[in-house]
Amino acid sequence: MDFDLFWSSLGPLLLGAVQGTIPLTLASFALGLVIALVIAIMRISPNKLANAVGRVYISLIRGTPLLVQLFVIFYGLPAVGVKIDPWPSAIIAFSLNVGGYAAEIIRAAILSVPRGQWEAGHMIGMSRNQALLRIILPQAARVSVPPLSNTFISLVKDTSLASLILVTELFRVAQQVAAFSQEFMLLYLEAALIYWVICLVLSTAQTSVEKRLDRYVAH
Amino acid sequence: MSPTDMSPAGPVLQVRGLSKSFGSNQVLRGIDLEVPRGKVVALIGPSGSGKTTILRSLNGLETPDAGTVTVGARDAAPASQPGAEKPLIVDFGGVAPSKKELAKQLSALRDRSAMVFQQYNLFPHKTVLENVIEGPVQVQKRPRAEVVAEAESLLTRVGMLEKKDAHPFELSGGQQQRVGIVRALALRPQLLLFDEPTSSLDPELVDDVLIVIKELAEEGWTMVIVTHELAFARQTADEVVFMDGGVVVERGPASQVLRNPKEERTQAFVRRLLHEI
Repeated sequence: MDFDLFWSSLGPLLLGAVQGTIPLTLASFALGLVIALVIAIMRISPNKLANAVGRVYISLIRGTPLLVQLFVIFYGLPAVGVKIDPWPSAIIAFSLNVGGYAAEIIRAAILSVPRGQWEAGHMIGMSRNQALLRIILPQAARVSVPPLSNTFISLVKDTSLASLILVTELFRVAQQVAAFSQEFMLLYLEAALIYWVICLVLSTAQTSVEKRLDRYVAH
Repeated sequence: MSPTDMSPAGPVLQVRGLSKSFGSNQVLRGIDLEVPRGKVVALIGPSGSGKTTILRSLNGLETPDAGTVTVGARDAAPASQPGAEKPLIVDFGGVAPSKKELAKQLSALRDRSAMVFQQYNLFPHKTVLENVIEGPVQVQKRPRAEVVAEAESLLTRVGMLEKKDAHPFELSGGQQQRVGIVRALALRPQLLLFDEPTSSLDPELVDDVLIVIKELAEEGWTMVIVTHELAFARQTADEVVFMDGGVVVERGPASQVLRNPKEERTQAFVRRLLHEI
């Protein structure tokens, strides 16, 4: 292996991570969580229409490949006159995708909070929305951190698909350097290593978030 | 705080013909109940007799199929409870109200009563003090400083002030239930509802909670208590109502119903419970 190339390509690859992979992940996850929360609340709503819309959304997102979703938005929509740039296309596709998966996680977390908590909220005079916001969701948040972290970590790696719609991120930089130098093994392993390090850092962050949220629970 | 701001006239609670079914299981069959101001009514009876369903209906946690619930007027309505100077009448029978209208009625019931749960149901993500002030501050929109001062004095009364910054998981069951009682009191309800408040407690912790409830009774709070503690009911309740199969089998002064019950079913129940203890 060519270690000089390893070191000289590390800079551009890291730049690809910092300017591409990481912001793409953060923006998509943040937006995805908002979508997920809305869909989850629709799914537990007594309103049948809202419930059905939420169910169909989740089914579509989970039942189709992320790559297909990405291509429909970037390559497909221009056919009906909607042309979106690579970056926003990627963020839209990833956040819609996260929204579908995380909605089920949040819904399950909400349902895991004992009914007595809703009742205590109502007892002190809260409306359904107040109880949801102030009593149920904070408790659901604690339960949903581990599975949401999984979604987050998957997303870091899924963002490599954005290279296929011309977004310059870690994997696309690796591809470019590899094509130029013909050192495919080295560059792809190097990219893998960087993804792995990012995920290690995230796992550590997950542990500390869990600890923080666990502070009011018996051990 | 004492409930002296309530008008001295008329019953606080009047229930007429309350009925409720869960599927084919009719748990309440036309219950009548009256609780005069400042009095304590104990509901006793075997499991599944409908006692808890009555309490939950009074707090708007269940919607009865028929019957009326009337909560008496308040002398001076607190600013947080406009309209409380008039009696509240909720009629569950007749034309089914819209969902919105029903929610409004149930919420009006909750504004006037407060419940202490068997499983405490404290909010685990909030401290003791936060549990107590949540309703008055967030729902009743009373000034935080005033509510905190009142909450601290209530916590002092039940010996829980030094735990005000603790989370529920750090407390024993008895301590949690005392906080549950304070949380109910802080809402300044006209009517206090206790749903088997000591049934989840270790035996040695029961007395701490019962003493608090007894003191509240002596102070003149109007209360409905579902309990299996017959000795406590005899000492605290003005009236004991024995229920079985969704109907009131017998009612009367505590000493009479518990010492010399007239009905056979009451006799059997009291005998069985005394033997168990």
